[in-house]
Parts: sequence; C-alpha cells; structure tokens
Amino acid sequence: MAIAAPAIDTAPPRPRRAANFDSTWILWIAIIAVLLFLVVSPFVYLVVTSFQAEDTGVFTLMNYATAYGRARYIDALLNSLKLGAAAAALAGLFAVPLAWAVARTDMPAPGLTRMLVLATFITPPYTGAVAWILLAGPNAGWLNRFYMLATGAEAGPFNIYSFTGLAIVIALYSFPYIFIFTTAALELVSSEMEDAANILGAGPWRTMRRVTLPLALPAILGGLIICFLEAIALFGSPAMIAIPARFNVVTTQLFQFFGNPVRVEVAAAYAMPLLGVTVLLVLVQRLITRRKGFVALTGKGGERRPILLGRWRWAMFGYAMIVASLAVFLPYIFLVQSAFAKAWGRGFALDNVSLDNFRFVLFEHATAAQSVINSFLYAGASATIAVFLTLGVAYIAARRLVPFGGVLGFLCVAPFVIPGVVLAIGFYAAYAPPTLALYGTALILILAFTTRFLPVGYVNASAAIRSLNPEMEEAVRVLGGSRLTALRRVVAPLLKRNLLGAWLLIFIPATRELSSAIFLYGPSTKVASVMIFDMSEEGNFERLAALALILQVLTLPLLWIGQKALGRDFMLRRNAT
Amino acid sequence: MSKLVLKNVAKRYGAFEAVSDFSLELTPGEFVSLLGPSGCGKTTTLRMIAGFMPPSAGTIVMDGREISSPSGVVPPEHRRMSMIFQSYAIWPNMTVGENVGFGLQVRKLSRAEIDRRVDKILDVVQMRNLKGRYPAELSGGQQQRVALARAIVVEPEVLLLDEPLSNLDANLREEMRFEIRRLHDEFKITTVYVTHDQSEAMVTSDRIVVMNKGKIEQIDAPHVLYSRPRSRFVAGFIGRTNFLEGERQGSDVRFEGFTAVAGTLEGANGGGKLLYSLRPQAIGLSMQKTGGVGLAVEAEIADRSYLGEYWDYQVRPLGAAKALRVSTGPNAVFEVGSRVWLEIDPAAMVRVE
Repeated sequence: MAIAAPAIDTAPPRPRRAANFDSTWILWIAIIAVLLFLVVSPFVYLVVTSFQAEDTGVFTLMNYATAYGRARYIDALLNSLKLGAAAAALAGLFAVPLAWAVARTDMPAPGLTRMLVLATFITPPYTGAVAWILLAGPNAGWLNRFYMLATGAEAGPFNIYSFTGLAIVIALYSFPYIFIFTTAALELVSSEMEDAANILGAGPWRTMRRVTLPLALPAILGGLIICFLEAIALFGSPAMIAIPARFNVVTTQLFQFFGNPVRVEVAAAYAMPLLGVTVLLVLVQRLITRRKGFVALTGKGGERRPILLGRWRWAMFGYAMIVASLAVFLPYIFLVQSAFAKAWGRGFALDNVSLDNFRFVLFEHATAAQSVINSFLYAGASATIAVFLTLGVAYIAARRLVPFGGVLGFLCVAPFVIPGVVLAIGFYAAYAPPTLALYGTALILILAFTTRFLPVGYVNASAAIRSLNPEMEEAVRVLGGSRLTALRRVVAPLLKRNLLGAWLLIFIPATRELSSAIFLYGPSTKVASVMIFDMSEEGNFERLAALALILQVLTLPLLWIGQKALGRDFMLRRNAT
Repeated sequence: MSKLVLKNVAKRYGAFEAVSDFSLELTPGEFVSLLGPSGCGKTTTLRMIAGFMPPSAGTIVMDGREISSPSGVVPPEHRRMSMIFQSYAIWPNMTVGENVGFGLQVRKLSRAEIDRRVDKILDVVQMRNLKGRYPAELSGGQQQRVALARAIVVEPEVLLLDEPLSNLDANLREEMRFEIRRLHDEFKITTVYVTHDQSEAMVTSDRIVVMNKGKIEQIDAPHVLYSRPRSRFVAGFIGRTNFLEGERQGSDVRFEGFTAVAGTLEGANGGGKLLYSLRPQAIGLSMQKTGGVGLAVEAEIADRSYLGEYWDYQVRPLGAAKALRVSTGPNAVFEVGSRVWLEIDPAAMVRVE
C-alpha cells in the first residue's frame, strides 16, 4: 500500500537562496545588552566611582584614604572576618552531624529534620535576629527571665548584643547551606564504597574517617565557605545586633557611609575588600569542590543502606531537635507570642492576647501593607525577568548559537561573588545619577534583585537545558519548524517544571531581600524587609513580629506549589543556592 | 537529473579536517549509506546535508539548487528533508499522533487532512492503535517506528537517518533493517543512511560510501564492495579477510608459502610489493590435494574455533610464519596440528592499495 498523496501544496517555500543572517540574532543582541546593563555596568561604576572625587569626578585616591583612614573602619573589616569565621564554624557544628544523620543513618524521623531545616532556610536572617532579641535580650529576654525564675538570680547570663550572640544568630540561619551541600555529597557515597573498606578490614569508625568523611569533605568545606561569605555579606542581623552592641562590621559601616550625606565614593572604596574576599573564596570553593569531590559527586549512587546507630539514634535525634529548637521552635513561639501580644514583655497571659498588631500592620500603618505588596511585586518581576533571561543565555551557550556564549554564561553567574550591599552600591553609582535617576524607583529595585538572583536562575536554567537532547529541536527544524517553533512547541513545554522551580527559588528569597534593598529603596518603594528593619529600630517588636509572620505565611502556598511540582526537597537541593 | 549532489564538500575545525573533499551524487529514489568507524566524518556529512552546519568548502545542491556552501546555508526548516535521529528525538510532551502530525501541522494542512495522513502512515508502521499514547509508554522499537512515521509522513525530498538502530537490541535491529528497506521500497524516498554497522548498510542500501578519517575510501554497491574492495581499509572493514603481501619476481609473484603466476593475478603488472585481499571462504580446505583450478598449498591447522554456522580455522602454509583464516562449513572438521591442503584461486585474490 502506498499513500497516494498529492504533493503537499502548502509546503514550506522551496529552498531559498542560502542566507547567513538569522533573525533570532536580534534576540541574542538584546540579551547581551541587558546583561551589560545588569551586571557589567554596575560593577564598572563601582570601581570607577571609588577613584572619583565626589563633586568634580576627577581621579583621586582620597576615597581610599578616607575609607581606611580610621582605626575603627579597619576594626570593622577585621570584625567581619572574625564574625564570618565564627559563624561558619558554628554552622558547621549544627549542620554536619545533622546532614550525616539524615543522609546516612537510621536516625528517627529524618523527614521531620529536613522539614525543620527547610523552615530555618526560609526564615529571613533578620527575622531570626529579632526573635533572638526577644529570647536573649539582656534582662527582658525570655531565656534570661526563665533563668532568673529558675535560679532566683538577679540577672540572666544571656546577652544577644554581643559578638558571640551575633555569630550564633547568623550561624543558626545559615547552617542550611552546609546541610544542603553535605547531604548532597553523602547521598552520592554508595554503600559499596564503604563495604569495600569494610571487607579490607576497616571498622565502621575507620571507614567513616578514611572513606566517607573525605568524600564529603570538599562539600563540607564548600558549605563552610558559603556560610562565611553569607555572614560577612549580611546586613540585617549585624545592624540589629552589632550596632546596639557598639561594634561595627563591614556592612554596617557601609550603611553609615551611605547615611546623610551619601558618600557613595567612599562606600565604593570601602566595599573593595568585601568584594575581593568574596571573589577569592568563591574561587577557592570552586577549586575544592571540583577537585577531590568530583569522583564522589558524579559517581552513580549505587545501593545505599543506612548505618545503624543503635541506641545512639535517639541521641542523634535529640541533637537534631536541639538545633531545631534554637533555629525554629523557640524563635517562632516567641515571635507568635509577640505578634499576638499587647506588650510582648507581659508574657502569655490571656488578657495580653490581641489582634491589634495585625490590624495595625495591615490596615492602619501608612506603608506596611504596601511594603508587603511591593516585596511580592518586585520579587515576581525580577524572578520572571531572571528566569527568562537566564534561560535565553543558557540556551545560547549550550547550543553554541553565538561565538563566546560562555562569556554570557559567566556574566550570569558573576553576581554570585558580589555581596548584596556591594551590588547595591554599584547600582547606586551607575543608575542614581541624573542620566537615569533611578534611585528610589521600583525599577532599580527590580533590576538589582534580578541581578542578585541571576546566578540561581542560570544554574537551574543551564542544568535544565543540558538535560534536553538537542536532537529534540533538530527534529522540529528538519520537519520545517523554525528555531522559535522549537522553543515554543518543544523546549518550553519540556522545561515547564524546571522554569517554575527556578522562578520559585528566586521569588522566595527575593521577597525577603534586605541587604541590597536598604540602599536603593525610596519613600514609595519600601519593601517588607526594609519595613521590618525600620520597626526594629523603633523597637516595635509586636508589630514587627506580626509583619514578619505575615511574610512567612504568604510564602507557604508558594512552598506548597514548589513541593507539588518539583518534589519535597526542591529548596534543599544544591542548585537552590 | 541528480536529486542531491555533494561537490568537494569539506568540514574543518581549526586544523582538524573532519570531512575532506567529499563528492557524491544521488539519483532520485536512491538509498545510499555512509559507512565507517566512529569519528570517520559520516555524521558530520549528514548534518551538513541536513543544514545544521555549513561546509568549510564545497557545495551541496538539491534539485539543481544550491542549498549549502561556505557562504551560506538554507536553514534545515526550509530544506524539505526529514531526519531520523540516533536518540529518535520523539517529543515526550506530545502523543504519538501529535508527534507524527507535527510536520503536517507546520505545513498548515487542514485538521482532517492531517488526521487522515497520520492514520495512514501509522497503519503502515503498525502503530495505529497507539496513536494516543505518550512516548514514555512506548518500547524502544515502537519509538523507532514513530520516528520513521514522523519522518516519512511529510513526504520529504530527502530522508536522512543517523544511526537509527544503534539503541535497539540485536533482534529488533535486524527486524528494523528490513522494515526501513521495506518503507523505502514503498515510498521511494531518496535516502542517506549513516551507520557503523556493515550488515545494516548491506541490507538497506543501493550503494555504500565507505569512509575513513574524513575521506571516502570507496563508493559501490554492497556486493561489489565485498567482492572488489579497492583499499586495505575497505577490505578489512567490510567482512573478514586475509591480507597477502606478495613480491613480483620475473613472471611470478611470490607470497609467503606459495607462488602465483603474475598473469593470473589482478593488477600484478607492476613490480615491487603487491597487497592482495583473500576472503576466508574463498579458500578451499581438504585433507587431500584436489585437482581444482586453484593453487594447491600444503599447510597445517594452527588453531580453530567453532561458531555454529561455520568453522573458523587458522591455517599455516608450510614454511610460512603467518597463518591464514579459512572458513568452512560446520561439517568440515579438521584437528589442530593435522596436515591439510589449501586451494587458492588467484582470481579470487583482490588487489588492494
């Protein structure tokens, strides 16, 4: 049987004269322009501005002389480094045992531990800091009051307003990074690797020391470095805790340079060490995770059996719950108490309960409700831009559609080494001056958030594109569809889930972003994080707690969507960070 | 007029020449295979024909129109070809019917017409009952049939196949070879088929282009390639063979273990070293000297393996260092170490470069 078909009359045009120019090129040029605007220009302005005199714009080194001219400015730099080291070490102490227990042992309820780590992860550090002020503020802090109640002492031992207090609070809300890295590595260590050591005569302890731990070590170190960088780049917690404790760190010092009058040139000069340390450590981190960890991280998982802990499984579970208490249970109990209290200090009495704080925040405060809306709008806009932009770049780079596509990819991940505050200073230097005069507009916040989260978008987008066989698209083209048809009919439908995932991974942190927003917001573009920060300066902990809880509750449906579409642990995977 | 003409096509990556000076003409309806080991440039050639990459030199002409040259390439979507990929590239987000109908949809046919043609072609590949299924629910062989249907339903000017059977298991591969040839006989689409499997190429093709290191070694019909290989590479790549090195001495050519009269050998006019290919099944093997036309050479069985369908003997002519491979029927049993007689027909010896 043959298909006696008439020739297809409405077929694509007969072969035309060969043409070199592809209209999709216009799109690529646009992407390059956008990346220049988002990434390159703020960075260039940051560097250039640091060498310019404030009023005349001529070349000068005076900004550097000012920035490093006082002992207390230098002290702030050193404080940051110490703080980073202390916070990373503490975070390691919290995260590594938990990661090992969840990934490799029969500790009870690993799902619960994972859930609590996720709860920690989605708690903004400044919300955690506020909760810990409620818990461990000198005298009035709940832990101190319980201590005094129990012992009859005159004063409690805890003081959050200290270097140690700050380090602990930062560690409590950055340890999920190490947890994510370590579980990812441990889950790739197959039991066979351990069996091989056992059969050669190594006991469980030696096996862990010689095989398991070394295989996970690069990932642990990588996580520690990320924690360190997170700690030195953080603005909210140090501003709430270090300033009352009368010491400065880099970010709070930068904020002071940015106070009236704005000395952006000095701030730019002062930001350089922070930028330098970050670049350096990110390179080190890449080197470590690339070298030794590689085999373990790419090998097939093989069969994995949990290590039986015996009686110790409950001890391990206890430890997990202690960490969870410090990071989740205690802070949230007292945040909720505060949010529903007339005065948080009056405790859990029934006559202290009220909904006034929520009513005030949502309906009476001039800008609080608007700030939440702003946060979600800006986060939504930047997540959308970042996802489509990085998808475009990842596609161009993976399909080698333009020469030097790799450079575009590099530009997308480059913001990873730029701390939020530094990025904001760059954006201020580039786009606040009269040419564009974007300072205080919604646009500058959206663009800054977009740039800040480009790396997350790119890592996810390029992983998604690489999972697609290019033959899928070639099949479209050979059958007469254009490249855009292939994108629309095949690539986009196949990547739907991945794109949603990437969008959420940007959107959720963007709704809480403080460190870049604090330098760029204007009177009508205040976001929720800035609002919370302002309230903490006013000491309005009840209303602040209400606002912080609203922000958390609004996140839950998004988490639920993400988990439905992408699996329970979608935020705790490595490409989430 | 030729359907598709490749003229001096080359592809260079820096200093590396993936394909060099490739010329080939296909007549309408012809089935040609590009055969060679991996890395020989066959897939690169196919992708140049499809328009996925421009040639570094040379031109590709279809129906008298130039579609590829170093200065420009008609994009794949305007070539009216279709292609079957190594991975099948069945779109997992579309059903079997949607996959097959895609090309017709792009050509803006009416809904009813698309349905009619899709049903018809699915009948041809015996997949009609699975029209509403998603690819993830299909076996490898069924996916292969979908890929075939999808490529054929648009009635392409040229059909390109890139190692389409390499992901199938052995039995299915053999079945699909015949299926592909059957569809070709039915639709008479000009076809270029890339494979590294010689039997696949032999079953399906009108002509085979043997490639090695980016160059064409030989273009011929399958039986000619086998019986008259022109180069050492072709003789070795297509089937098993013995290479015999000879030297002209007067009117004789001396080989290791025997001597042949130059006049009885192909291409033995020149002097010096001569290389011949002799297929294992072209050599006779017996206990007694036979009175056949060939040269009788006394030899010893050095080794043997039994492969069910035939015996594979290593037989060493007396005084020679190198043994020859000889194939016999499964019933011709000789013990290792026994003295035997080989019968070598000079006419079966093929001069190779």
